[in-house]
Amino acid sequence: MKLRNRMKPWMIAGLVAIFVSACATTQEEMIDGAPIDDQTGMADDGSISGGADATGISDDMAGDGTSIADGAPIDAIAMLEQTEGALASRTIYFEFDSAKLSSESIQILETHGSFIAGNGVVTVRLEGHADERGSREYNIALGDRRAQSVRRVLLFQGASTDQLDTVSYGEEQPAMSGHTEEAWSKNRRVELIYTVN
Amino acid sequence: MPLTVKAALTIEITGGVEGALPIAVVPFDTSRLSSKLPVDLAEIVASDLNRSGVLKSMSRSKLPANPHYSNQVQYARWRKVGQDYLVVGRVLEKSPGLYSIEFQLLDVLKQKQLLGRSMPARKRNLRSRAHQISDYIYEQITGTRGAFNTRIAFVRAQKDAARKYVLQVADTDGFNAQNVLESDEPIMSPSWSPDGKSLAYVSFENERPEIYIQHLATARRSKVAGFKGLNSAPSWSPNGKFLALVLSKDGSPDIYTLNTATKRLKRLTTHRAIDTEPVWASDGKTIIFTSDRAGSPQLYRVNVDGGKPKRVTFEGRYNTAASLSPDGKYIAMVHGEQGQYKIAQYERGTGNLTVLTDSTLDESPSFSPNGKMVLYASTRGNRGYLYAVSIDGRAKHRLSDQAGDIREPVWGPFESK
Repeated sequence: MKLRNRMKPWMIAGLVAIFVSACATTQEEMIDGAPIDDQTGMADDGSISGGADATGISDDMAGDGTSIADGAPIDAIAMLEQTEGALASRTIYFEFDSAKLSSESIQILETHGSFIAGNGVVTVRLEGHADERGSREYNIALGDRRAQSVRRVLLFQGASTDQLDTVSYGEEQPAMSGHTEEAWSKNRRVELIYTVN
Repeated sequence: MPLTVKAALTIEITGGVEGALPIAVVPFDTSRLSSKLPVDLAEIVASDLNRSGVLKSMSRSKLPANPHYSNQVQYARWRKVGQDYLVVGRVLEKSPGLYSIEFQLLDVLKQKQLLGRSMPARKRNLRSRAHQISDYIYEQITGTRGAFNTRIAFVRAQKDAARKYVLQVADTDGFNAQNVLESDEPIMSPSWSPDGKSLAYVSFENERPEIYIQHLATARRSKVAGFKGLNSAPSWSPNGKFLALVLSKDGSPDIYTLNTATKRLKRLTTHRAIDTEPVWASDGKTIIFTSDRAGSPQLYRVNVDGGKPKRVTFEGRYNTAASLSPDGKYIAMVHGEQGQYKIAQYERGTGNLTVLTDSTLDESPSFSPNGKMVLYASTRGNRGYLYAVSIDGRAKHRLSDQAGDIREPVWGPFESK
């Protein structure tokens, strides 16, 4: 595999460092026990007066969207706006019940990884998805693993953990509806959603 | 009430059962009330009993008589139309809005009363009282506690609604649906607290899956897991003190337990494969979960004190989403075979696997608290519907609705007696 051939001992050392620091962050979060947040976010009509009201990325933006803040560096934007080449490929597809990347996908992701590594102003949200078959909870775990597979390649290429965010939607947000192999193959995917800060 | 009342689901019986016991439920006498009741009690009872698959209620148009008290019953007439059991009843008004419902269950062959009760009721709990009557009748005849007067929770997705995703609770016949949470982003994995007063669920309202606990009556809620990565598949322990959940903050999705009082988190599995869908055994000592550590997803069990997980299922390449029967002897699960996903029941003692459903995209099985029915979701066309099937696979009914794609049903616990 291309990825392996390109690995050098110094790269592995670097990766270990990245992983160690990633783990350290996680540990702190766990010890802080941060995620307890008591709230009475429900009004009498049953609507939520909290987070669920926040406007989020709408469905039609969940595709290959790039949101660009004012005054963002021109180079990164220009590269992301190119309609051809590996950077323009922002959806990675998978086989059924698998988080394994094809060699083509790895090539595409290597280009993304180098771009991300060279452009500290970009952050990428990796959204993992699954097809509808089987159980929803298993599928959200599968989407998570797919996003993690993509993340690993980007990290190998030097992207920083701060630039990458993963989230899994499981089978909740299909790209194509229908119960055919065609729809399923389009839905087993990870979408790379760039933000230029 | 913080919960809003929404349109009811309707019931459609899709499979009848040979050998179900014939029972006639005569409309209750309401002639002495100052105003008409908003619900037809006898209709609710007849429909409940029908859905069980164990009893078959006589069509109302065929009833040969209309008695309201046991002493008005001419047993021969009911024997002649093949009925084994007869239910008669009446509603009295104690004071405006305060009722007393009286009913009697009669054995047609022995010509005697098997059960007679009177219960107070108000307008708002008439449906619940009718389900209670069904429970009494079902238990008297079968010896098994009825589960009609319990609730179900499920997620409804509606494409064009103001809020795309709604978490709802409803009666077991689908009526009386109430909103628990509405959101523009997906809601998943509802789990009942063992006292039936709260739900845990996954909400994407912050654009990532996070786990919340919400008290139903007050709508008070708290986020209990919002770690980096996956926060999914919460499942309440039988004593209500812990949640089993799935986090991927340490790498791959693993099973953890969370003490909801101390917030202490404990990791139960460490495999780099997917571990998910934890459910507790009723003794609270072991957890059944799904893992693809052997290549394809299968069910495993692990001690809550830790230790090495043991594989439970071996038949077929896809067994997920376990729901345990209350006695722990059976596991309902999603069983995939040749690209089709059906609900199957696995008998732990013998290893026998029985496929209960005949569709291709079935998921989310959930045992009734008396262990006699399994509620599940099935995708047909471009919508999800709720179905319930008896554990022998012989009686099946669909809870349908005009609006939305319904999924992830979970059957709530018995109300404490």
